[in-house]
Amino acid sequence: MKIKKLLKRGNDFRPTFFAFPYVLICIIFVVLPLVLVLVYAFMDDGGGFTLTNFVEVFTKDNLLLLLKTLGIAALTTVLCLLIAYPTALILASKPFNRYVILALMFIIPMWMNFVLRIIALRSLLYMIGVDYGFAATIIGMVYDFLPFMLLPIYNVLMEMDKSYMEAATDLGANSFLTFFKVTLPLSLKGIISGITMVFMPVFSAYAITGMLGDTNTTIIGGKINGLFEMTSTWGVGSAMSFVLLILVFLTMLLGNVFSGKGDNKPLAKGGANE
Amino acid sequence: MREPRVLDKIIEVKNVTKVFDDTTVIDELNLSIRRGQFITLLGPSGCGKTTLLRMIAGFVAPTSGNIYIEGQDVTTIPPYKRPVNTVFQKYALFPHLNVFKNVAFGLKLKKVPCGEKLNSKGEKVEQFRKFTKEEIEQKVNRALRLVGLEDYGHRDVNSLSGGQQQRVAIARAIVCEPKVLLLDEPLGALDLKMRKEMQIELTKMHRELGITFIYVTHDQEEALTMSNVVVVLNDGLIQQIGTPKQVYDEPANAFVADFIGESNIISGTMIKDFSVKFLDTVFVCEDKGFAKNERVDLVIRPEDIDVFPENSEQGQLTGTVLSAVFKGTYYEMEIEANGYEFTVQSTTEARPGQKVKLLIKPNGIHIMKKLRTVNEFVGEVSGENTVDFCGGSFEIPTTLEKGTPVKVYVPFDAVELTDDEEDGEIGANVTHVLYKGSYYQVQIYTDTDEDFYIDTTDEWDIDDRVGVKINKSKIRLEVIAHEEESDEN
Repeated sequence: MKIKKLLKRGNDFRPTFFAFPYVLICIIFVVLPLVLVLVYAFMDDGGGFTLTNFVEVFTKDNLLLLLKTLGIAALTTVLCLLIAYPTALILASKPFNRYVILALMFIIPMWMNFVLRIIALRSLLYMIGVDYGFAATIIGMVYDFLPFMLLPIYNVLMEMDKSYMEAATDLGANSFLTFFKVTLPLSLKGIISGITMVFMPVFSAYAITGMLGDTNTTIIGGKINGLFEMTSTWGVGSAMSFVLLILVFLTMLLGNVFSGKGDNKPLAKGGANE
Repeated sequence: MREPRVLDKIIEVKNVTKVFDDTTVIDELNLSIRRGQFITLLGPSGCGKTTLLRMIAGFVAPTSGNIYIEGQDVTTIPPYKRPVNTVFQKYALFPHLNVFKNVAFGLKLKKVPCGEKLNSKGEKVEQFRKFTKEEIEQKVNRALRLVGLEDYGHRDVNSLSGGQQQRVAIARAIVCEPKVLLLDEPLGALDLKMRKEMQIELTKMHRELGITFIYVTHDQEEALTMSNVVVVLNDGLIQQIGTPKQVYDEPANAFVADFIGESNIISGTMIKDFSVKFLDTVFVCEDKGFAKNERVDLVIRPEDIDVFPENSEQGQLTGTVLSAVFKGTYYEMEIEANGYEFTVQSTTEARPGQKVKLLIKPNGIHIMKKLRTVNEFVGEVSGENTVDFCGGSFEIPTTLEKGTPVKVYVPFDAVELTDDEEDGEIGANVTHVLYKGSYYQVQIYTDTDEDFYIDTTDEWDIDDRVGVKINKSKIRLEVIAHEEESDEN
């Protein structure tokens, strides 16, 4: 009876029907795990409701760790941006923009398994005498996430209508002013995309810190991993993951405020690039 | 007393050539533009008109030659230092700025002289200052008022319609008070009604501002309605410079006649002054100064042909109506007479199949010099009875010695085009096709960068790859004299 009713609605029927598998997948792989994290976060060993997990999360040590994580994530993001923007600018300018292969060279590492990449980098760093620790961790992070910063900026710059720059020059701006008054503001969209794409994963990264760092470089991702794997304290781990989730959400909200206009909000796009 | 003429020229383009990837876009072009004119660069796409404009703006550097603005050589000066501003084809309004900020962009960067001051060495140094906020606001508002967008300052540029964006682009350019305003097909993206409105407004703005406008378009109607001077360009060369009336009434050559307005283009012969023969009939015309029996092209506009009934006393030609379409105020008819299909616009109605008399008055016939009457190439005798030219070897009976440089003359009707490149002696691409009534004049471009003109009854399409076959008996050779060399020997 209900199906017949749906059929009669004609146009509305199709999209609703084809969205069904997606909704199912979404429930199983997105909503359910999140609910589980939430349940574990508020559950004690006996299965009852508790807030002790959160009390354990907000210890002084953990808050310091959180601050350190923020610092490392911010540093990595800034370094990525400082390297990626000029690179993208060169790659998108004449005559390099005729050779997409050049940009591809920066992207190709993304196609490789990242554990493999880190192992390779580790040997390389060992060869040139960089010990495991803070420096190695930052180098590893920047190396690993650089393409995520480069790609959105490169795309925005490549797609940018060159007549904007010509118009600026025509109106009396030299190349320096043209860059700061036109090119940079117009590529803001790519920069915000890049920042979200780098900052969020670095914030919760643990493999790189584990492989390239020492005990001092453990960040929040490593800590959560430890809580689940080593001490089997799932409750505290879940609570901490939940806090992290809220923090990442807040970062994206911040990105929204900065990017201003409606069409390029990272929140609307889940931080994804174009 | 009149001012010296030199000062009148605001822009001078001298011997400018531009080559892009081995293609010559502008070829040794010379052009002077007088102050205060509304000048249109008109031509089909790829004729070099936009490149010429971009060279004046400074976005493209000429391969050779110089460009002067107010007598100053600006060839190597970057765009931001030139006293010109551009209205771009797709407006190029900055999407991150609102209307006010877009218009104010140029003003905020501009510096104005504010008197002189003595520096530490006691020399007089000109002082510059930026515009104040109030000045900028005043100027921007005035520019916005001029384009009819007074209350749009705070609006987001993306929220405006195409026509409004166009107005903002114009305001942004004129607010900087340029000496020359460059407009690159600015109305191309607008619909017909809006385009007509903007045409009128642009002419009005030109009058009010009193600055020089250089306007690029491929739309001949736009060029004729708006400008004082029309420059018709094709293949990187100026075909004609003149007032709209001149280029319409007295086209310099068959290309201009064909490009501007509808026209009947016919080959004829000047018998004597004021007398021309075409379609086996002698007509009285208003032109003189041609050689006796010189072959000429002539253009007759469709509205210059009068139609009379078959039994009328009037009219020089008798023809048959092939088709007739009522166009509101006149009938557009195809009428065949003496093997030529005339396009005729007349208020007299005639039905297909009907026989009519056609009258062409002397002032309706415009005689043009033929662009070229014979193909001329430089070649070399490469062996017994063979001559090399245009990248091919041709068997031509000759008694000349091997290695003799020769001029090769190939008449238009001595060339045959073949569908299959292999069937011809050399390969070429069709670049231009012009219908001349009973035949087509086809222009082809060989792989050795030579142009061929061919008269043919076959229709070819532009960009067709063809083979070229030459009727050897019609080729004429002429030895190129080695003046200096032979003197020294």
